[in-house]
Amino acid sequence: MPSDNAKTLSQKKVPLWRQPAVRSITFQVLLVLCIVAFGNFLLSNTLQNMEQRGITTGFAFLSNEAGFGILQSLIEYDETHTYGRTFLVGLLNTLLVAVLGIFFATFLGFFIGVARLSHNWLVARLATAFIEIFRNIPLLLQIMFWYFAVLRPLPSPRQSLNVGDAVFLNNRGLFVPRPVAEDGFSLTVVAFFAAIVVMFFIARWARHRQDATGQQFPTVSVGLALIVGLPSLVFLFSGSPLHWDNPVLGGFNFSGGLEVIPELAALTLALSIYTAAFIAEAVRSGIQSVSHGQTEAAYALGLRPRVTLKLVIIPQAMRVIIPQLTSQYLNLVKNSSLATAIGYPDLVNVFAGTTLNQTGQAVEVIAMTMGVYLMISLVISMFMNWYNKRKQLVER
Amino acid sequence: MSTHTPHPDLPPPLINVGLIGWLRTNLFSSWANALLTLVSMYLLYLMIPPLIDWAFIKADWVGDSREACDSGGACWVFVGVRMDQFMYGLYPASEYWRINLAGVLLVALMVPLFIKQFPWKPWLGLFIVVGYPIIVFMLFSGGVFGLEYVETSRWGGLTLTLVLSSVGMAASLPLGILLALGRRSTMPIVKSVSVVFIEFWRGVPLITVLFMSSVMLPLFLPEGTHFDKLLRAMIGIALFQSAYMAEVVRGGLAAIPKGQYEAAQALGLSFWQSTGLIILPQALKMVIPGIVNTFIALFKDTTLVLIIGLFDMLAMIQAGLADPNWLGYAIEGLMFAALVYWIFCFGMSRYSMALERKLHTGHKR
Repeated sequence: MPSDNAKTLSQKKVPLWRQPAVRSITFQVLLVLCIVAFGNFLLSNTLQNMEQRGITTGFAFLSNEAGFGILQSLIEYDETHTYGRTFLVGLLNTLLVAVLGIFFATFLGFFIGVARLSHNWLVARLATAFIEIFRNIPLLLQIMFWYFAVLRPLPSPRQSLNVGDAVFLNNRGLFVPRPVAEDGFSLTVVAFFAAIVVMFFIARWARHRQDATGQQFPTVSVGLALIVGLPSLVFLFSGSPLHWDNPVLGGFNFSGGLEVIPELAALTLALSIYTAAFIAEAVRSGIQSVSHGQTEAAYALGLRPRVTLKLVIIPQAMRVIIPQLTSQYLNLVKNSSLATAIGYPDLVNVFAGTTLNQTGQAVEVIAMTMGVYLMISLVISMFMNWYNKRKQLVER
Repeated sequence: MSTHTPHPDLPPPLINVGLIGWLRTNLFSSWANALLTLVSMYLLYLMIPPLIDWAFIKADWVGDSREACDSGGACWVFVGVRMDQFMYGLYPASEYWRINLAGVLLVALMVPLFIKQFPWKPWLGLFIVVGYPIIVFMLFSGGVFGLEYVETSRWGGLTLTLVLSSVGMAASLPLGILLALGRRSTMPIVKSVSVVFIEFWRGVPLITVLFMSSVMLPLFLPEGTHFDKLLRAMIGIALFQSAYMAEVVRGGLAAIPKGQYEAAQALGLSFWQSTGLIILPQALKMVIPGIVNTFIALFKDTTLVLIIGLFDMLAMIQAGLADPNWLGYAIEGLMFAALVYWIFCFGMSRYSMALERKLHTGHKR
């Protein structure tokens, strides 16, 4: 009987292990149990091992005296400072090389990326060769090459390579004149920031005017003139309160001036060139992702090539370039930890190296080091996501 | 009436065709371009002839000590003398044949994979992934079948680089696929565990991971557990790389149209059936370039193990540079290493491009 049949079917309960909800909950509970058990296993082992080796847990070691010197420090540091201070010194050195690397890599990368798309056959081939050579060689090898094969064999300070008796390059590093601010230089700095603020308002006003009337305002050239011109004027009128401290050869090494240690130079060079090769590829793919129809449509509307590039191609290309650029910046920051191979005193070398070896606080030190890199990654990607969202195509 | 015979077509102007035409369109199309060309040519002139002169013409190729290097060019004798160490590390010289045998075996096993008509490709592939590593491990470390035992700390050179990268590749792909599936899962706990795992490993540099595996793993394990240094590095590399692999695979999974999932469900396939038979084959094919890029990155990253004291090829070269008999040949040694790494990485990227073209079944714009 059909009605009987239907009744038995509906009465027949779906077995428990066939219900998605039950299965999902069971599985997740099991997963949590596994993770907790595993974590507990690790934790108890760690505590037991540390007790056995006589390592005290906690961050108290950070206030102990470090007792070792560091090659380069952006803040005041000597042997009498604490382990906590070594963390700060290392962190600042990491940030320094990361900022320098990002700056140079971006410029070089955009230049090479555009050159790769050049109509000039030779230039395009040279750019391709640059990209294919440098992105297929391990970064560590490149760092070692610049350090051991290029910068180390340079002549000693007495036979330095010399540019105009102001810039010296030798195996102790690169020495350049250092600007020393005198009284009244702060006025110039104030003028610089004031110019930026004024510029910001002019840009806003110009945009509103263009939206309302269609009249354009040469924002970029006016802005450049303002930002360069105003501080220079203030500088001149306040009596040029700045002098240059030239490096001078005394004894075995140079004193005075600004010293760039060879480790920093090699690291910056290698990081910028390596990352530039990847950025160049990102730039190329971004520009190529804008279909040719866009260019043709812009020309058909009567836009000149320069305007087309500025208003049609670059904004669309940036949408593809920015996410890739972000991940390259993140890679650069993380790759800067390779500094430890040539002894540049970055976070990993100073803190996860010397400090770890001296204190034996492996868990705390590694956790702090990883925490820093995680934070940097998070901050950069949050900033870039925000930027990305602003520039994203609003789709229907 | 005479018929009209058109004048025969004139040949194109000489300056628009042939070599001159090519030069005009590609190198000297405008003043700016001509200037760029000349500047590039000058740069090439500055770099290439001295490089060739140094690396080939004035170089020393044969000899067995640094006395052979007196001509002022590159001293390839250094590389030649230390070649065995660069390739095999500190492995005992009498046992080199074991490494060579493993290499020959791999090539012999790989050849049928490239023959179109070979019928047992999947089984052979499975053997290469599962059986071959066991054979290699027994060959390399010995201790069985009367082979002399060689501890892992003596493995080194290019051999170690290849071992590390192939283990990393073999371990990170399945782990990465699992993580990617976990990240797309509807179960909140599975999803958040995967997200945290992936983002953690992607946020930290590999060096700190290696430091962690060499300093902290011994702390994590019960007292008295001996953990091989090489194995620790391998675990670190595999976990690190699997996070990157997961993101690549996730990109492929996201690109599969929803209809494919729904169609698989409508056919009554279970989750693992639909994933294994419908979704993954399409998704993985789509992300082959990304997977190969991850492999290339992994291959380059294996150089980092020198920092925790394993002797891969770069570490062997660095050790060679410190040899008092051969001081001052850093350029030659590092150039050689760069060439080897470059050939591997460039080869892989070209192979991935070829594979992409071969597997492309959709419509290309």
